[in-house]
Amino acid sequence: MKILAFGIVKEIFDDSMIDIDLDNESTVEALRFVLEKKYPQLTELGSYMVAINNEYASGGDAIYTNDEVAIIPPVSGG
Amino acid sequence: MKVDIQISDEPLQIQSCIDWVMSPECGGINIFIGTVRNNTQHKKVVRLEFEAYETMAISEMNKIAREVLDRWPVQKIVIHHRTGVLQPGEVPVVIVVAAAHRDAAFTACRYIIDTLKQTVPIWKKEVFEDGDVWVAAHP
Repeated sequence: MKILAFGIVKEIFDDSMIDIDLDNESTVEALRFVLEKKYPQLTELGSYMVAINNEYASGGDAIYTNDEVAIIPPVSGG
Repeated sequence: MKVDIQISDEPLQIQSCIDWVMSPECGGINIFIGTVRNNTQHKKVVRLEFEAYETMAISEMNKIAREVLDRWPVQKIVIHHRTGVLQPGEVPVVIVVAAAHRDAAFTACRYIIDTLKQTVPIWKKEVFEDGDVWVAAHP
């Protein structure tokens, strides 16, 4: 599954997109677990959100293979 | 059309944002112009680097605009945000709200910038003479 990265997460992943092994219909919670194991620096952020198809997702939301998934670190626009 | 939302890596055109909301029905226009400050906590800022998740940022800004149109009697809204490298004094964000009466224009403009800073997926990196930091990333 492709995961998009922005801001500081791009530096943590050392890439603007990574590929993660994740079953179809896994939850956002499951994705967080896999990512934090592989990239422990994620847990040092103030927080981070997961977006599915350009919408903020909650922990129980399911991720499907063709979804556009992005990791959203604390925003700082303006 | 009531709402004009854009993300651009070109300098923002403040006057054309104002011109876009002008209409005879409006009694007041409120504008917020964000500018790059040259220091943070007494450290000299060399430049800011803005990055956006463009499709989602546009969608979140549209949500804010729709909510504002539901909540306050405003007529037109412009939200323009810049990306890329900006020097101190340059303008990363322009918000313009036109309304029949000034109260709604002031309130809505304030609400838009405050909400944008909380929900819209745009990030800035502050670059100092001796390093850089992604703003708000760490508690």
